[in-house]
Amino acid sequence: MTYRVRLAHLYPDQMNIYGDRGNILSLTQRCAWRGIALELLPVGAGADVDWASVDLAFFGGGQDSGQALIADDFVQRQGPLLRTAIDAGLVLLAICGGYQLLGHYFLTHTGERLPGIGALDVHTVGGGTRLIGNIAIEIDASAQLALPTGTRLVGFENHSGRTYLGAGVRPLGRVLAGHGNNGEDGTEGAVYRNTFGCYMHGSLLPKNPQFADYLIGLALARRYGVAATLAPLDDQLEMAAQRGMLERLVRV
Amino acid sequence: MPNFPDFRLIAAIGAGKAAGLASRALGRGGGTTLPGVVARRIAPDTLRRLSAGLPDGVAVIGGTNGKTTTTRMIAAILQGDGRRVLHNRAGANLVSGLTATALAGSSLNGQVHADIGLFETDEAALPQALFETRPRLVVLHNLFRDQLDRYGEVDTIASAWRAALEQLPANAMVLLNADDPAVAALGETLPTRVFYYGLEDTRHAGEGATHFADSQFCRRCGTPYVYSARFYAHVGHYACPNCGQRRLAPDFRLERLELDGTSGSRLLLSAGPRTPLPTALEISLPLPGLYNALNALAAAAAGLLLGVAPAHIRTTLEQFSAAFGRIERIDAEGRPLFMALIKNPVGASETVRMLVGAQESGSTSPSSILHMLVAINDKYADGTDVSWLWDADFERLAGHVASAMVSGTRAGDMAVRLKYAGIDPAQIRSEPDLPRALDAALAQLPPGATLYALPTYTAMLELRAELARRGWVKPFWED
Repeated sequence: MTYRVRLAHLYPDQMNIYGDRGNILSLTQRCAWRGIALELLPVGAGADVDWASVDLAFFGGGQDSGQALIADDFVQRQGPLLRTAIDAGLVLLAICGGYQLLGHYFLTHTGERLPGIGALDVHTVGGGTRLIGNIAIEIDASAQLALPTGTRLVGFENHSGRTYLGAGVRPLGRVLAGHGNNGEDGTEGAVYRNTFGCYMHGSLLPKNPQFADYLIGLALARRYGVAATLAPLDDQLEMAAQRGMLERLVRV
Repeated sequence: MPNFPDFRLIAAIGAGKAAGLASRALGRGGGTTLPGVVARRIAPDTLRRLSAGLPDGVAVIGGTNGKTTTTRMIAAILQGDGRRVLHNRAGANLVSGLTATALAGSSLNGQVHADIGLFETDEAALPQALFETRPRLVVLHNLFRDQLDRYGEVDTIASAWRAALEQLPANAMVLLNADDPAVAALGETLPTRVFYYGLEDTRHAGEGATHFADSQFCRRCGTPYVYSARFYAHVGHYACPNCGQRRLAPDFRLERLELDGTSGSRLLLSAGPRTPLPTALEISLPLPGLYNALNALAAAAAGLLLGVAPAHIRTTLEQFSAAFGRIERIDAEGRPLFMALIKNPVGASETVRMLVGAQESGSTSPSSILHMLVAINDKYADGTDVSWLWDADFERLAGHVASAMVSGTRAGDMAVRLKYAGIDPAQIRSEPDLPRALDAALAQLPPGATLYALPTYTAMLELRAELARRGWVKPFWED
């Protein structure tokens, strides 16, 4: 049988900075190479989305002006239904600005409190300096993901917001090199059910094919049950790029 | 200049010049920045003082893409008109580099041996450069996402530029690209004289990649612009359906443009009634690609504003060759090597569009398929974040690549990028060491084929140094 996956891309015109489009390319190609029919659904401002029909969603980072243009639309129009979908196990990857908007709020350094949708138990505080550079993390047991222990991801972070995790989420990983969520507690990203937030650009998924496949696998399992399995792909180029960065950042 | 000798300035000039000589003698390159750093430490106002000594004043050129080529075109146009030009030709475009350029063109007592200063200026350095050089002409070409780790976002740069432009005197001239909404909007409130240039030939719309557009929302009210013609990214003929803010009719118009593959293009330009010298001129430009035609448009407009006769502008541009490494054709011992710098999504996408377009139009040879060497570095001058590779439109290469050698410090990332763009992984080879990658790419080149090299900035410098070592090109500071 042909598997089908419906991938929603939130605000592709406004939230498209730092090459986050690479994540869409990764998911699209890795489905295509396996004969999985992927339908891409761009979600712009003012769109009505049937979240129950969506298997997988991506929400990237934006310029400050782009984020300002869509924040109200996201919180008011998409917020309530998306929160329900996330609670029901929607597979969602959110990066940087998208990650922050899934949390409770963003406190700017001028004291303004910009609301998020509160789907993730995190909040973000604006900082004076940007946390910039290559980053490597290790997904440890506390993330409770069905990935091999010691799975490492690499990316590039560039954010002024410091994100702090509440009790309702688990960190995605432990920072091996770089700053992570806030540069203080050694965590990077947050996991709640099948929703993942993090600060890793780069793009994230092309060079971390294990994580790309993990997301596709979750989406298939949710629609087709546990029997859905992913055919293996030849990931030599991807893993060579990932290894090259790990060798540079971490003594392996 | 004061009538009495300024010993501090003289000491700064002397120390800067000595530092440059020492740097060269030690084999540390051309000393394109160090003299400026040294002089500014002694006399922070060195650039301001030397700029003030230029009888025809200063022109500053800024923009994400094309500023080096455009500035070189303007320099050639002014020199063709018999003017002595002080120009940061080697590309050192921070304030220290501008200072070093001014020092190199000055005698020890602070006399500048030039008529006019011409400074290509880094986006982040532009406000300070305007403050110190007090230019009579500022040309702003475009504003795209580039090295976000270093510059910050496009909006941040645009507001810094606006604040600096507002400090210019009323008799200064500002020349803006009408087709780039972020740049054109800078002209709205300026006290200076403002002129616009733009592409009128809408046959070139609709082919460029637009998914990475940065400024496609109305600068006044945030509504998405409606484009009647969109050339690439956010550049085109735009109008806001909500508040009515729209592209202004340009003073300098590229009325007609014929692109001729990788060999060149033909332009019909006009200068309208608001300009000092209304005219029309036809130019056969020996540089390929839409973006080089736009560079020539900006340069011709600047030339006209600086009082150069149209015939001189045409003659100069028809004999122009680009800056080192930007677009270069090199004879690698009988094997043609075509080198084009890539450094951000828009530039890389337009370069790819030019290569594929040339191939499709058959101007290279009908059956040719591209042999490529793509070298990606992530050093400071390249930007340490290579995320931009995923914004660039490499998808257009699919089906056009015979072999792709990837190299540089981020060769691995580029290999992955090409794979996801639809290039067969069997055609991708990775060799991080650039000289070895060059040898391997040349060795597998079929007779008669061209090797297309696309390096990032520091990879271009490395590649060019290697080519110079082999005697195939001159070292760049002699260029």
